[in-house]
Amino acid sequence: MLRLTKVNKYYQVGTHSLHVLRDIDFEVSDGEFVAIMGASGSGKSTLLNILGILDDYDSGEYWLGDTLIRKLSESKAASYRNKFIGFVFQSFNLLPFKTALENVALPLYYQGITRRKRNQIAAQYLDRVGLRDWADHLPSEMSGGQKQRVAIARALIGKPRLILADEPTGALDSETSGQIMDLLSEIHQTGITVLVVTHDQEVAARTQRTIRLRDGKVVGAHEASASNPGMAAAT
Amino acid sequence: MRVALTLIKLLLGGFGLSVVGAFIWLAVTLLKIVWVSIVQWRDLFSIDRWTEVLVTIGRSKLRTALTMISVSWGIFVLVALLGLGNGLDNGMRQNFARDATNGVWISANKTSVAYGGYDVGRRLSFENADYQRAKKVPGIEYMAGQHFIGGQRWGSSLVTKHGAKANSFELAAVHQDAIRLTAHAVVQGRFLTAADTMQHRKSAVIGQTVAQFLFEGANSVGEWIEIGSVPFQVVGVFTDPGGAEEERKIYIPVSTAQLAFNGGEKLGLLEFTVGQASPEDTQKIIDQITGQLAERYSFDPSDRQAVRVQNNIEQFDRFRKLFWMISAFIVVIGLGTLAAGVVGVSNIMMIAVKERTKEIGVRKALGATPNSIVFMIIQEAVFLTGVAGLLGLAAGVGASELIGYLNLTDFIANPSIDIKVGVGAAVFLVIAGALAGYFPARAAARVNPITALRDQ
Repeated sequence: MLRLTKVNKYYQVGTHSLHVLRDIDFEVSDGEFVAIMGASGSGKSTLLNILGILDDYDSGEYWLGDTLIRKLSESKAASYRNKFIGFVFQSFNLLPFKTALENVALPLYYQGITRRKRNQIAAQYLDRVGLRDWADHLPSEMSGGQKQRVAIARALIGKPRLILADEPTGALDSETSGQIMDLLSEIHQTGITVLVVTHDQEVAARTQRTIRLRDGKVVGAHEASASNPGMAAAT
Repeated sequence: MRVALTLIKLLLGGFGLSVVGAFIWLAVTLLKIVWVSIVQWRDLFSIDRWTEVLVTIGRSKLRTALTMISVSWGIFVLVALLGLGNGLDNGMRQNFARDATNGVWISANKTSVAYGGYDVGRRLSFENADYQRAKKVPGIEYMAGQHFIGGQRWGSSLVTKHGAKANSFELAAVHQDAIRLTAHAVVQGRFLTAADTMQHRKSAVIGQTVAQFLFEGANSVGEWIEIGSVPFQVVGVFTDPGGAEEERKIYIPVSTAQLAFNGGEKLGLLEFTVGQASPEDTQKIIDQITGQLAERYSFDPSDRQAVRVQNNIEQFDRFRKLFWMISAFIVVIGLGTLAAGVVGVSNIMMIAVKERTKEIGVRKALGATPNSIVFMIIQEAVFLTGVAGLLGLAAGVGASELIGYLNLTDFIANPSIDIKVGVGAAVFLVIAGALAGYFPARAAARVNPITALRDQ
């Protein structure tokens, strides 16, 4: 599904450059549910941005499926993001002036799908996350958990092969967090690869595998059976 | 800031090559905008997009309103002033249309310089011979002399009668070509002819107002009227674009008047047209005629009071230059105001882009291309300037129509806006809006989704 080999990333800070990612090497197979963990400053956000084609890297290779993601033009990157990847953010990032339905439909707008069809499909996805009756509500009228569900529906609508979730439960209480993780598990079970960036051990425990980052390096990849007992409990 | 800098660069472009550079830059920018519009044409017909535009604009109503006011005001000032300029121009043309624009009038007056043994303050008068002589000056197109009946230019002490109706009208005793110096149009019968003068015929050509008064709508041509108890036969009726006041006149042959009212050979006025002659050539003709007169009546040729010269060409030319300058000034001021408005729109959009960093980041993460972001901002800017500009345009057209309707002064006539100006203003607004939106749009397209989405 995705493979990183010897990926390096530097940030220019003033006169000296900061080596944020050092020779990152890992692979995620189709349909895996993986957590990326690390303390702040470990480089996990940078990694997520590279995985999400929101940022470029300096050396190495990043393959998404059989496409090499490297020095893409802005429009190419935008179209790959739109086609391959669904994002879920910590702060939901719904557009405040659009209804739940319109928010979910937004990725399809950038695919050039007609309004009527967009809204039809969006309604199906809202239904799938259990918010059919909230279609016409603005984000400001919804709870955090509901907003995150809308965001997940929005991430799914483009039929991506990869869902990238950046601290998806970071802004939620533990009960809602559990529900959101249930939803992500469900999505994973439909065959979509899900990558969750988190610093929360409980969240990581519900995935199949955890990739740990420290100081820009991968420090260990563990099998679900060994270190993620929570996954077994969920399934 | 960028826009301001660019504008300053544009303005200071006069220094050397940067003018060319600025134009190339402008052309390239416009081409880029056109290209983005072609790529993103779909957005123009998207209900969602227009809803978004309205929602975004509506989110900061006060700021939007203030910016719109500056654009509206700019267009309003430009259009209203252009209308007023048109009105002044029309007014001038209408004022001049009363008389031939290439006419010259030379009338006898009093000397102001002692000359050739004569004292100051001598009253001058011309004679028929002066008319004959001046007529031969090369460059003269049409010429007529006018006899001042009883020494008065319009002979107004004479009463004109028909039956029980009597009134005093402006009376002009002239040669047949006098009509060439007016805007009169003969609507019945004919004007005076050379034969009228030669044979001292008692013919009269009367204005519409005179005909209305004396004949009350009945046919007047062929009828007899009495002017100062001398019978004259009406041979023609004329109208004038200058209106009723200009139609209060009666023309009779100069020779008949001299004979009937004890005028001798006297003429008070020589009038002529000069065809297409330039103001300089006209002055030469005038100099030649006044030279002849100075020699004949022994006055100083440089005495400006001895004969009075009214030269329409020179005046017309002077007015035209003056009005051209006023219009140019008006356009510069209007464009300046408008430019300020457009820079305002650009600034407001820049702030809006800053505020919407997060939203733009989300859009980019969801697959919005840079072009789509650029076009979104340009669309907003064009919409803002467009709506504001059209309001200003409407107000400006309204204002100039109102001025025309109120008919405040003779100097302003029909101050309407050319449809071309309206269309031009609309096109200009779209271009200005697109330019105003372009810089904020580029800033928006450069938004880094990572930082945008991180920023809580």
